[in-house]
Amino acid sequence: MRLSLLSDLNAERAARRAAVLVTDTASGEQRLVREAEVETDPLAQELRDNLRRGKSGIVERDGRQFFLTVQTPPVRVVVIGAVHISQALAPMAKGLDLDVTIIDPRTAFATPERFPDVPLLPEWPDAVLPEIGIDRYTALIALTHDPKIDDPALKAALRSECFYIGALGSRKTHERRVQRLSEAGFAEADLARIHAPIGLDIGAVSPAEIAVSILAEIVATLRKDRRRSA
Amino acid sequence: MLSTDTDILRTAEAWRREGRGVAIATVVETWGSAPRPVGSHLVIDEDTNFLGSVSGGCVEGAVITEALDVIADGKPRMIEFGVADETAWQVGLSCGGRIRVYVERVD
Repeated sequence: MRLSLLSDLNAERAARRAAVLVTDTASGEQRLVREAEVETDPLAQELRDNLRRGKSGIVERDGRQFFLTVQTPPVRVVVIGAVHISQALAPMAKGLDLDVTIIDPRTAFATPERFPDVPLLPEWPDAVLPEIGIDRYTALIALTHDPKIDDPALKAALRSECFYIGALGSRKTHERRVQRLSEAGFAEADLARIHAPIGLDIGAVSPAEIAVSILAEIVATLRKDRRRSA
Repeated sequence: MLSTDTDILRTAEAWRREGRGVAIATVVETWGSAPRPVGSHLVIDEDTNFLGSVSGGCVEGAVITEALDVIADGKPRMIEFGVADETAWQVGLSCGGRIRVYVERVD
């Protein structure tokens, strides 16, 4: 592989754009196809299909074998609330190759001392979420317990293609939340996208345990095609 | 250092920019219960430093040895690993799966 090709592949990843590296397995010939270039590529159909499934694999065309290295953008977790659970969650998410961004307008919470090495936005969710752009490789979790902060974020998530939405709070809290969001015009099917109470039921007690249950639920949603019990 | 997919290819780029000889091994096909999915990478440098994995540790040694040849002559190679045969001295996957690994040099 040429270094320039590897460098381009890494640049696409950093920019959160999908790309496919096409390798002729016999000759070693390679090319990088960016998401925007798929339609004009001779292997357009195969590229489209593998990209949609997010899967690398071998394809054959005219007696030649190609390996498609499919690179989808790194999965991102947008965390609403620079709270105790978020402090435990951020380093764990990093180990799972998840890109974490934390949003909290309360500047007493959103401090670099509490969140070293984590992108931290001390802003209101509705002000910054349009800039960040919630795509289908994004999970959004609302952890503040405060409807003034959580609700605008949940509304933005519900209007997006994001693959996971979770909200912290008891069943009762969630009933009230569902009522508010219904009154704001969201349909029942939309609201069913919200995982609440958030996280897998592992009986989590501490902030770190709750972080594990949330991340486990995000992974379970991301990998649902592979689950035996799905 | 954690070796996530992001780290592995970034590391390959960084090592090459430092002037090291570098090879990338990629799982291109699996049959049966293979430990790592298609598309998984292992990055190797000329001093046998490596990051990532193509199996659960079963065949990495053999891939690294092959990678050194690839770094030396620049010719990509396809290697296949099957079930470990305990009666013969050979590298294999004790899980019973089979994998094909493509090894190429970063130029």
